[in-house]
Amino acid sequence: MQVVYLIQRKRQRTGHEKGAAFACVRFEEGKELYDVVIIGCGVTGAAAAYELSKLQVSVMILEKENDVAMGTSRANSAIIHAGYDAPSGTLMARLNVEGNAMAEDLCKALDVPFKRIGSLVAAFDDYDEGVVRDLYERGIRNGVPGIRIIGPEETKKIEPNIAENVRCALYAPTAGIINPWEYTIALAETAVRNGAQLMRNAEVTAIARTQDGYCVTTTAGDVQAKYVVNAAGVFADKVHEMLLPPAFEIVPVRGEYDLLDRSEGTRCNTVVFQCPGPEGKGVLVSPTVHGNLIVGPSAEEIPDREDTATTAEVLAKVRERAKRAIPSVDLRQCIRNFAGVRANSRVDDFILLEEDGFVDLAGIKSPGLTAAPAIAKYAVELLRKAGLDAPEKEDFINERHVVHFAELDAEEQKALIEKNPAYGRVICRCNTVTEGEILDAIHSPIPPVSVDGIKRRCITGMGRCQGGFCGPRIVDILARELHTDPSKIVQDGTGSYILTGETKQGGERA
Amino acid sequence: MKEYYELIVIGGGPAGLAAAISAKENGLNDILILERDQVLGGILNQCIHNGFGLHHFKEELTGPEYAERFIRELDGTGIDVMTDTMVLEITKDRTVCAVSPKYGYLTLKAGAVILAMGCRERTRGAISIPGTRPAGILTAGAAQRFVNIEGYMVGKRVVILGSGDIGLIMARRMTLEGAKVLACVEVMPYSGGLMRNIVQCLEDFGIPLYLSHTITDIRGKRRVEGVTVSKVDENRRPIPGTEIEFDCDTVLLSVGLIPENELSRQAGIPIDPRTNGPMVDESLQTQVPGIFACGNVLHVHDLVDYVSDEAARAGAAAAAFVKNGAANEGYRLVKTADNVGYTVPQKIAKDAQQVQIFFRVRRIFEESVIEVRSGETLLAKFKRTHMAPGEMERIALPKVLLDKAGDEITISAKEA
Repeated sequence: MQVVYLIQRKRQRTGHEKGAAFACVRFEEGKELYDVVIIGCGVTGAAAAYELSKLQVSVMILEKENDVAMGTSRANSAIIHAGYDAPSGTLMARLNVEGNAMAEDLCKALDVPFKRIGSLVAAFDDYDEGVVRDLYERGIRNGVPGIRIIGPEETKKIEPNIAENVRCALYAPTAGIINPWEYTIALAETAVRNGAQLMRNAEVTAIARTQDGYCVTTTAGDVQAKYVVNAAGVFADKVHEMLLPPAFEIVPVRGEYDLLDRSEGTRCNTVVFQCPGPEGKGVLVSPTVHGNLIVGPSAEEIPDREDTATTAEVLAKVRERAKRAIPSVDLRQCIRNFAGVRANSRVDDFILLEEDGFVDLAGIKSPGLTAAPAIAKYAVELLRKAGLDAPEKEDFINERHVVHFAELDAEEQKALIEKNPAYGRVICRCNTVTEGEILDAIHSPIPPVSVDGIKRRCITGMGRCQGGFCGPRIVDILARELHTDPSKIVQDGTGSYILTGETKQGGERA
Repeated sequence: MKEYYELIVIGGGPAGLAAAISAKENGLNDILILERDQVLGGILNQCIHNGFGLHHFKEELTGPEYAERFIRELDGTGIDVMTDTMVLEITKDRTVCAVSPKYGYLTLKAGAVILAMGCRERTRGAISIPGTRPAGILTAGAAQRFVNIEGYMVGKRVVILGSGDIGLIMARRMTLEGAKVLACVEVMPYSGGLMRNIVQCLEDFGIPLYLSHTITDIRGKRRVEGVTVSKVDENRRPIPGTEIEFDCDTVLLSVGLIPENELSRQAGIPIDPRTNGPMVDESLQTQVPGIFACGNVLHVHDLVDYVSDEAARAGAAAAAFVKNGAANEGYRLVKTADNVGYTVPQKIAKDAQQVQIFFRVRRIFEESVIEVRSGETLLAKFKRTHMAPGEMERIALPKVLLDKAGDEITISAKEA
């Protein structure tokens, strides 16, 4: 009964909804009915796909962009949080600690850069000290392993560059740093290797109830599935409301960052947080898995869910805050500013709901990256409760291997070039990335179609020159491998064209 | 394959080529050039405009023509060249590790090493331009490669930030290719490029140059849709209320060049923070004996002709080092004072003969004088009618003059 009500309600609201529902019925015949369709391939959707691909179910992932990890998952602090932040007793607290514990094995199996370097929440005044005590107690309640409050001497021993006036710090040894987009890519790739399908440039425009489950209408065609997982990130409320009455609101919160050159990469050894306080959420300073230093973020509610612009004013404040913890940080070594939009909500928890086989994984704010694999397990539980009945696959492939030429020793490099000379051609000189690695990426389970798609897989263009030297060569390689003209190669998302046509004598080139 | 060379030159651009040829002329027979690109010539290959060689060859050549002169000189010299070969590491004892698809992983030893890796362009991140990060924001050099080597245009309506020479050259190039260059925007009150380029690349095409302005916002999600340009105060801070909007699809950056010294730093070669290049003596030897540097890896030059001259001196000095070893009886330091940004060399051997000192001034000067002092003693004065930060200055100090100096000499500039 409820279903009928919903469809009627939708029809009343928008005229063309009826058409979509009709199209759906028409397409039903002869079209594959997937067990689960996942909307969105950020880290949450990718983790859900990975977890589901362990089961004997058919999975379709829908992604509105031309690659995975295109939203919040690509632009965040890249931290695996220990778990003392979330209010005790929430799902967020539980899944954070669980996700943290899962990260190591997962990253090992899927060849994702991850380092458990620990974190500090540093206190510089009375107020901060109170916050550190609160966080400690909360961490204990949340079951965070190994946390303790350390005095100024020990803090300075761990972080010799920390501000002289540090009073104490909360030390959490289980916190870590990760490559967030590779985490997402690795999870999605593994799902695809295990049979999940991914449809890119497929933005969901409508969802309707059908006899067998749901019909999800996208800009790339309709998809039928028994169950739907909504992992649409900053658009999760919109997707929810395509089928169900409003239940939550996504509040886009933008965070701006500076990324510093590797020459600053050893300025600190752990993730150095400051206390969240009246001036806003704390700014962190941390090494990255690539050896750079990250400084940020700000936190600002913004109207446009995809507005990742940076601003001079906000970054100035971020830098000022960073200097409070690590006064010697040389911000002139900045190689890139960026911003990400977090899918916050008004609830102090993740919004993990199931209704009639429609699962919302929404409001996945920080520590969503950390919690993602645990959220995915929780999502499978929700689906099982809703009736998904599938045994595990016996032949699940839980591995992924990526060549990172720069990280090999001379003998290994030598052997690799002998095997395949393309590993002897360095394309990205800042990060020593070879043509062999780029070709590996282009022929991986989710082939990148853009210069930044290569960047996310190979770390090309992430160094000092920011792609000034390797950009044109990567355009060439992509065009060659994809059998297309260089002018068709985009920088990033669909429409981000780089070239506007041939020069007057362009056609005459050899 | 050979594992030892008397001299290994890292980089086959104008500096590397001239250095290798000079080393050969000065008696070395066993020389290797390592070049990361597929061909020799370096950045000259994409500089298809003319204006090269006026000093060195006394005629006006294009970049590829200028490079070709040197590449042809290699013929019959027996100098080995490995292209498509990337150096991964140099050590203080002059071991060079490199990789290439053709030669595999190479470990080579050298009697002397010349660093000639050139420079790279400063990027958007380094100057923190606010706004979105769509496609259509390129360094001028990357755009130049697309247009001149690949044969593709990078935009239709262009704003250029920075008035460095590559930006000015690209303003003209894009215009000739049918694009509309709306503005060249320079944060300083003067251009960082050569005067001849201001005239020939901007003024001749009616492209406005906005001095003391900068880009304060970039808009567009997928591709650049527009920029905001604001006037800046004397501290280079944007002045609210002075915003000008440009409807453009492309932003080219020409905001400075940085010597590429990652290999040098790795090798423990001390770098001068003012030049971002190695500290060298008058023979262009770095602080590590047997390792020399020349061209844009040492300091950013204005004219390639001066790169060739400098590289020839490095080649000769490297040859002398291989033949005679290091022999110096102490140094005088070269210091900078009023209005002088840096000097190359940073120190001079006490037994040096005539020495050339290169430097750049920090602001524009008309009638002016360069002073060379040692302590309180004024050693020499050089008159100039015009000096600008975009142009490299050069003075020559004869031995008789140097012999009057103490342990330091200081270079300064002031109005006459």
